[in-house]
Amino acid sequence: MHPVISVSRLSKTYASGHVALKAIDLEIRRGEIFALLGPNGAGKTTLISIICGLVNPTEGSVRADGHDIVRDYRAARAKIGLVPQELTADAFETVWATVSFSRGLFGRGPNPAYIEKILRDLSLWDKRDSKLMTLSGGMKRRVLIAKALSHEPQILFLDEPTAGVDVELRRDMWNVVRALRDSGVTIILTTHYLEEAEEMADRIGVISRGELILVEEKTALMRRLGKKVLTVQLPAALARLPDSLANYQLALSEDGTELVYSYDAAIEDSGITALLQDLAREGIAFKDLHTEQSSLEDIFVSLVKDNR
Amino acid sequence: MNFHAIRAIYVFEMARAGRTLLQSVVSPVLSTSLYFVVFGSAIGSRMADIDGVSYGAFIVPGLIMLTLLMQSISNASFAIYFPRFTGTIYEVLSAPVSFVEILTGYVGAAATKSVILGLIILATAAVFVPLQINHPIWMLGFLVLTAVTFSLFGFIIGIWADGFEKLQLVPLLIVTPLTFLGGSFYSIDMLPPLWRTVTLFNPVVYLISGFRWSFYGVSDVSIGVSLTMTLAFLALCLITVWWIFRTGYRLKS
Ligand SMILES: Nc1ncnc2c1ncn2[C@@H]1O[C@H](COP(=O)(O)OP(=O)(O)O)[C@@H](O)[C@H]1O
Ligand SMILES: [Mg+2]
Repeated sequence: MHPVISVSRLSKTYASGHVALKAIDLEIRRGEIFALLGPNGAGKTTLISIICGLVNPTEGSVRADGHDIVRDYRAARAKIGLVPQELTADAFETVWATVSFSRGLFGRGPNPAYIEKILRDLSLWDKRDSKLMTLSGGMKRRVLIAKALSHEPQILFLDEPTAGVDVELRRDMWNVVRALRDSGVTIILTTHYLEEAEEMADRIGVISRGELILVEEKTALMRRLGKKVLTVQLPAALARLPDSLANYQLALSEDGTELVYSYDAAIEDSGITALLQDLAREGIAFKDLHTEQSSLEDIFVSLVKDNR
Repeated sequence: MNFHAIRAIYVFEMARAGRTLLQSVVSPVLSTSLYFVVFGSAIGSRMADIDGVSYGAFIVPGLIMLTLLMQSISNASFAIYFPRFTGTIYEVLSAPVSFVEILTGYVGAAATKSVILGLIILATAAVFVPLQINHPIWMLGFLVLTAVTFSLFGFIIGIWADGFEKLQLVPLLIVTPLTFLGGSFYSIDMLPPLWRTVTLFNPVVYLISGFRWSFYGVSDVSIGVSLTMTLAFLALCLITVWWIFRTGYRLKS
């Protein structure tokens, strides 16, 4: 199947001379949730802004649903909805008016039933006649999402959608995002909350200093780079590690009641069997044990560090 | 053509005007009335007729033009400057609209507002002086053409301005003097020859002259020249806007 978005050799140098994107190649698959991860200033917003027509590319091209975003901008943009990073709103407009405005702007005829549905899904229905300036930041964010969805886009960009957003909105938002994905909408989001990418995304792209370091299935990424940690709880404190265990990646907790073993989850022989046998041979009993997957955050931090 | 988009922008802009109806109508009507009281009645009673038109009546077209220019520029410049300032412009820039559609929406709304206001001023004038309109169609034509042209000019200013000062500077520093020196209150025939030549470089002269002709059938320059100059200025503005959207000047980085 053709990618719904294909970015090729895309570069951006701002007028200040700052190079924000360096020859980015990226393909987004139809119907996936794609998370773009990167530290502040990595170029996430720049990339999204170029695709949506807010920033001129310096080099390279982008196709959205087969349409070149510059030459065939009408067809391309009609497919795209954008929730920007910054909270901006027409203070004196009502929720209903501003969402209806967006639909018209994107070339769609009025459809009050559809707008009602969006507002209900985003818990905005009670606020439909409120002026935007009377709404809280979280509510404004909902309005921006409603505006982006007003013209029934096939591709939705969410630029750091949960920055400064409360738990309730985050939950609502993910429900909406999942429902959209189920209805075939492709979603591209950027986020600082890495657990979110881990929770939501099908694929993850890591961007740093204008370069796309890697793009991978989330599960594959977790498997490939995922370190696991086995914690063994001891019934009695151990003064020090026996010498026979010296060649394991093993650490003793401060109070001596826990052994922490790090291993690579991707390798066939994790070494756990041998470790447990060696522990038994040393006469060390254990009360309990559990394993933990290292978080995407750990993976991410190590990736960006390697890239420097 | 994305007609839904044009309609959305137009309706949005008209609704914005509706919210500030009082201030956008009361202040121009008040200041025009003051002009009539001071220039029309008080001073005008001591002035000789110009080209057979009483002084009070003579200044009506110029006063309407003054309001029309100021309102067109401020309406349109504010309409595009404000979304740039607050950041809501992102939506228009990311929408499947061409610059022609954006212009039609914003400039159409700004021009509509100032034409309505021009007609209100005309009605106000009728309270003070007996009106005579020889060529009503031409009069309306000039009104609309001027409103559109200067709304376009205002749109350009709204994109160029990077602060509220600049937004107000141009109407204040350029348009007001040009209008006052453009024959609002006198016929340029009354000027010494050298100044008459200088004045012919003032585009507002052609607007006021043509507009006055539609009222009283008398003009400083021929109606054909007036029309040509106005259309030329309109074309210049259109080319500038086309260039702005092509390059993304002040709109896209
Ligand atoms: N309009 C601009 N002019 C100059 N530099 C910019 C502009 N916008 C962003 N930048 C710079 O480009 C880099 C990438 O910014 P951005 O895409 O916003 O990053 P992110 O969204 O990943 O935080 C940053 O260093 C930022 O300072
Ligand atoms: Mg950003």
